[in-house]
Amino acid sequence: MAKVPVQFTLNGSEKAEFVESGTTLLNALRDKIGDTSPKGGCHQGTCGACSVIIDGELRLSCLTLAETCGGANIKTTAGLAEGGVLHPLQRAFLDGFATQCGFCTPGMIMAAKVLLDRTPNPSREDVVEALSGNVCRCTGYEPIIQAVLSAARANSQNVA
Amino acid sequence: MELRKDYFADVRTDGLNEIGQPRPRLDSPGHVTGKTAYFADRNFPGMLHLKMVRSPHHHARIRSIDTSEAEKHPGVVKVLTARDVPHNVYTILILIQIGPEDETVLADGKVRWKGEAVVAVLAETERAAQEAAAKVKVDYEVLPAVFDMEEALKPGAPLVNEYHGQNYYLYDSGECRKVRFGDVEAGFAQADHILEQSYQSSPIEHAPTETTGCVVAPEGNDRFTCYTNTQAMFFTLDNASIILQMQGSKLHFVGGTVGGGFGGKVDVIVEPIAILAAKLTGRPVCFIYSREEEMQISSPRAAEKVVIKDGVMKDGRIVARKVTGYTDAGAYSRHSPYGAQKGAAHYPGPYTIPNVWIDTYCVYTNRTPSSAMRGFGVTIGDFALEVQMDKLARLIGMDPLELRFINAYRDGDMKAHRQPTEGAALIECMQEASRAANWPVAEKYMAMSSYRKGA
Repeated sequence: MAKVPVQFTLNGSEKAEFVESGTTLLNALRDKIGDTSPKGGCHQGTCGACSVIIDGELRLSCLTLAETCGGANIKTTAGLAEGGVLHPLQRAFLDGFATQCGFCTPGMIMAAKVLLDRTPNPSREDVVEALSGNVCRCTGYEPIIQAVLSAARANSQNVA
Repeated sequence: MELRKDYFADVRTDGLNEIGQPRPRLDSPGHVTGKTAYFADRNFPGMLHLKMVRSPHHHARIRSIDTSEAEKHPGVVKVLTARDVPHNVYTILILIQIGPEDETVLADGKVRWKGEAVVAVLAETERAAQEAAAKVKVDYEVLPAVFDMEEALKPGAPLVNEYHGQNYYLYDSGECRKVRFGDVEAGFAQADHILEQSYQSSPIEHAPTETTGCVVAPEGNDRFTCYTNTQAMFFTLDNASIILQMQGSKLHFVGGTVGGGFGGKVDVIVEPIAILAAKLTGRPVCFIYSREEEMQISSPRAAEKVVIKDGVMKDGRIVARKVTGYTDAGAYSRHSPYGAQKGAAHYPGPYTIPNVWIDTYCVYTNRTPSSAMRGFGVTIGDFALEVQMDKLARLIGMDPLELRFINAYRDGDMKAHRQPTEGAALIECMQEASRAANWPVAEKYMAMSSYRKGA
C-alpha cells in the first residue's frame, strides 16, 4: 500500500508523518502521532466522539482522510489546557459533573469550543444544536448543556 | 438536595455527613483533558488485528471450513478455528457452579445464532484481516430455527442447544424456577375480581459509545497483559484461564476504565480468543468490535414475556398472584439462568401478598444470546407489575397510589421466597412522592409506617 506524506499543525506543534493512503485523520492522530484524545466510537460519522477542530471548523476525524489535512491547523481536547491550566470548558465539565464514562467528553468539548468561539453568549437552544451530533449514551446531556452555559458565563465575566 | 433525617431517626446512628455533599470525581480530570486511558488507547509496535468470520445463518450445521485462501491473503499471520482453542466449550457462570458448559468460543460443527463466531483471522492491518475474513469458505447445511419462546417450548421444536438437551434451562426445581407461598387457588376463589394480563418486551441493546474489545500484549516471560473494557475483570480472568487452560498467574488484566457498559460488557467474549492469538503468534493483538458488531453481536437485554394473574378484593387487598415469566436467553446461557431466577424472587413486587405462585423459564431460541443489563431479570418485570397495579386500581375504582399503600410490604413481612422484609421504607418513599408530586392520598396512608407497631 502506497504511503503518502502528510504535514500539519497539531495543537501548535508541527507534525509530519507517512500514512497509508486512505488512513483517516482519527487513526493517524491515535496510532501514528499518539494523540488518543479523539475517540473512535463508530468510525462511520454518527457518534461525534472523534470530533476535532480543523482550521476553526468542527470535523469528524473518522470521516476525514489524513492526506487531505496538509497544512491544516488541527486542535484536539488534549491541547486545550494551556500551561497546565484547564480551559473554562474543561473546568466547567469538571465542576458540573458533566462526565460519566468520559468517552464522549473530548468530542463534546470540541463541539462546545467551536460554538463558544463563534457565539460567546449562546442560548440553551444554541448549545443543544451545537451538541446535536455528539452521543452521550450515559445520557448525561443536561449536566453537559449546563456546563457549556456555565463556561460561557465564566468567559463573559473574564472579558468584562 | 434535601435530606430527611427524621425518618428512622431512632435507628440511624450515622451522621450521613457525606450524603448530599458534592465531591469531585477522581476520573474527571482525565476525562476532560483526554488523558484517560481506555483499552484502545494502548498501541503496541507490531500489533495484529483480529477479525471474526461470523455465521450468516440462525441455525446451521457446519459441513466444512476452508481457510486456505484466507491464509494466502497478503498480511495475514494466523487463522484460528475451534480446534485451536484448548477448552472451546464454556459457560461463564460455571465459576459459581451454574452449568452445563454450553457455548463455543469458535463454532464447532454447528452455529446456533446469526452472528456466531466461527473463524478468527489475524493480520498486520485491520483491512487485511477484514479482506481475508471474507475469503474464508464455510459450507453450511441450514437447519430449521426457532425465534419464539413459547414455540421453542412446544414438543417437536428445533433443538437449539444440545448441551442442554431441551430448549429450557433445567433448574434443580425442574423446567422452571418455582416459588410457592400460601394457596394461590384458594386466594383466587376468595377474590372479588380476577385480572389476568400478558406483557412482553423486545431485546434492548446497551449501545455504549465505546465498543467491546481488548488489546493483549505478550510480556516475553510467558505472561500476557490484557487491556480490556470488561465490566467483570476477575470473572473474565478466571474464565480465560479455563478456556485457555492457562494458570491465572500467567494473565495480567488491566481495566476498570469502561466507555459505557450498562451490563453489556460482563460477558467473556473478546479476551480469551485475543489472548490465544497473542500466545500463538507471539505478537500483540487488538480485537475490537465494529459499531455494527456492537449492535448486532453483543448480548442485549433478554426479551421477556410476563403473564400475571391477580386476585383482588374490592377494598384493594391483593389476595393472590400467579406469574409465569419467560426469559429469552437466545442460543446460550451466559447470565440468563440467573436473570430468570432473580425474576422468580421478584415478581410479587414490593407488595405483601398472602398467596403466590411463580414459574420462571429460561428459554433457548436461535436469537442473539442475551445477558446482563441494568437490573436484568427484574426491570421488565417491574414494568409489567406496575402497569398491572394501575389496571387493578382502575378495575376496582381506587386511587392507584392508595392501592400501593394498602399492599406495600413492611418490615417483618415474609416475602414469598421466604426472606423477611427489612429496611423497606416503601411507605415513607410513597409519602414523600405523594407530597412531591402533589398527588394527595387519604390521611390514614400518610400516618402509616414501614414499622409495624410492637413488632
